[in-house]
Amino acid sequence: MQDIKITIIDREGEEHLVDAPTDMNMNVMEIVRSYELAPEGTIGVCGGMAMCASCQCYVLSNHELPKKSDEEEAMLAEAFYVEDNSRLGCQIRITPQLDGLKVQLAPES
Amino acid sequence: MINTDILIIGAGPTGLFTVFEAGLLKLKCHLIDALPQAGGQCSEIYPKKPIYDIPAFPEILAGELVDNLMKQIEPFQPGFTLGERAETIDKQEDGTFIVTTNKGTKHRAPVVAIAGGLGSFEPRKPPIANIVKYEDHGVEYIIRDPEMYRDKDVVIAGGGDSALDWSIFLTDVAKSVTLIHRRNEFRGALDSVEKVQELKNLGKIELITPAEVVDITGTEKVEAVSVKRNGEIFNRPCDHFIPLFGLAPKLGPIADWGLEIEKNAIKVDNSLDYQTNIPGIYAIGDVNTYPGKLKLILCGFHEATLMCQSAYQRIHPDKRYVMKYTTVGGVEGFDGSKKEAPKAVVKAIE
Ligand SMILES: Cc1cc2nc3c(=O)[nH]c(=O)nc-3n(C[C@H](O)[C@H](O)[C@H](O)COP(=O)(O)OP(=O)(O)OC[C@H]3O[C@@H](n4cnc5c(N)ncnc54)[C@H](O)[C@@H]3O)c2cc1C
Ligand code: FES
Repeated sequence: MQDIKITIIDREGEEHLVDAPTDMNMNVMEIVRSYELAPEGTIGVCGGMAMCASCQCYVLSNHELPKKSDEEEAMLAEAFYVEDNSRLGCQIRITPQLDGLKVQLAPES
Repeated sequence: MINTDILIIGAGPTGLFTVFEAGLLKLKCHLIDALPQAGGQCSEIYPKKPIYDIPAFPEILAGELVDNLMKQIEPFQPGFTLGERAETIDKQEDGTFIVTTNKGTKHRAPVVAIAGGLGSFEPRKPPIANIVKYEDHGVEYIIRDPEMYRDKDVVIAGGGDSALDWSIFLTDVAKSVTLIHRRNEFRGALDSVEKVQELKNLGKIELITPAEVVDITGTEKVEAVSVKRNGEIFNRPCDHFIPLFGLAPKLGPIADWGLEIEKNAIKVDNSLDYQTNIPGIYAIGDVNTYPGKLKLILCGFHEATLMCQSAYQRIHPDKRYVMKYTTVGGVEGFDGSKKEAPKAVVKAIE
């Protein structure tokens, strides 16, 4: 399977266009970690279990994303700086349909 | 002053296992942790989740792993300073270190092992512009002494277990309890949710949902919070505002100890013994970094084992120690206990 391209705006506002593999069961949070787009310890604190909101991001493109699970809804209800387009990066699996996705990392909290 | 051989900062799995390895070398340990309980991330973040990559445990709950570690180190009688954060470190003329906590507890040891993981767990503070001004003047992120709230008007914010549990608890203490959450659904244990519902029906808890606290007012101390619900903002007089949004790890004071830091972790020499740039201070487990580092429990255990050998040489430069297998040498606790493999009996056959 092929890589897709996604754009991630880091917490300093810098835009990064990165290749994301679709065949490694990765999610957006893990992509941010693998490209070191946020300092260690500031993203993925719960390892991707929808339990910390450190991976919150704003979805800026019009991609159709999987529906939020109850856990994701509940975590976002406790997170800070939440907007209508907020999602947990760890809950967005990289699939070919997400080619061109653009997200911005929410502020650290 | 608490005196020990190895002072361990962080009572996560790495810190706990260090006690065992040090114990085999007859070195005494004392642990400091900012959390009120041992276990680090395993206890704080995911106690009920199974771990599958602990050697010889096809599956074990994180909480169980911590219980087992505590049992394994029992014979070595470690000391604990819990609920306090290691704040400063001072090297003495005799080469020992004095580590002082945020509550002023002092510890002295010739060797310090930092097993601080991702850092000490600190409360997550809601982004309310002036909240810092009211800290300890009506805003508390952790409830230490419930009596403080006797006959007071208390506003709690949050939607998880601690917000629910403390709301329930404080109904018997406070004059009034208001619970504010951004959704109508809570994600705590079902019986806590039901209990809050019951107390709400009895008029003992006021529930304001879906809503959030957006501002705090008061001259010297908290006098009211502003609550936003359905786009409207209203004032809610209170004496205390308690935001309970969980804890997040922060490297914290350790970052200012003069240690070489890279990517929020402490650089160590992994070709030898996980020592930092300051001789006598080691960093093991998730808190350290070196080429190829993996943040896994098993790696923390390995690093703890090697570090203890080096610590032994530091403490006893004139003695030589040869590693022994526990199968052969057994385990001799400081409490007088001894575990060893039963000896095979040789009996003549007549
Ligand atoms: C959701 C999740 C799932 C995981 N799953 C696995 C898995 O399946 N397998 C695996 O091997 N690993 C897993 N891990 C990683 C594993 O939990 C860590 O590698 C391990 O906890 C590291 O142990 P540690 O003792 O080094 O640090 P920690 O467990 O982080 O403990 C460090 C302790 O130090 C304390 N501390 C820090 N600074 C100070 C200070 N200044 N003063 C006082 N106390 C301080 C902290 O409060 C904390 O209790 C997972 C992690 C998470 C979050
Ligand atoms: S990494 Fe914790 S919620 Fe996504």
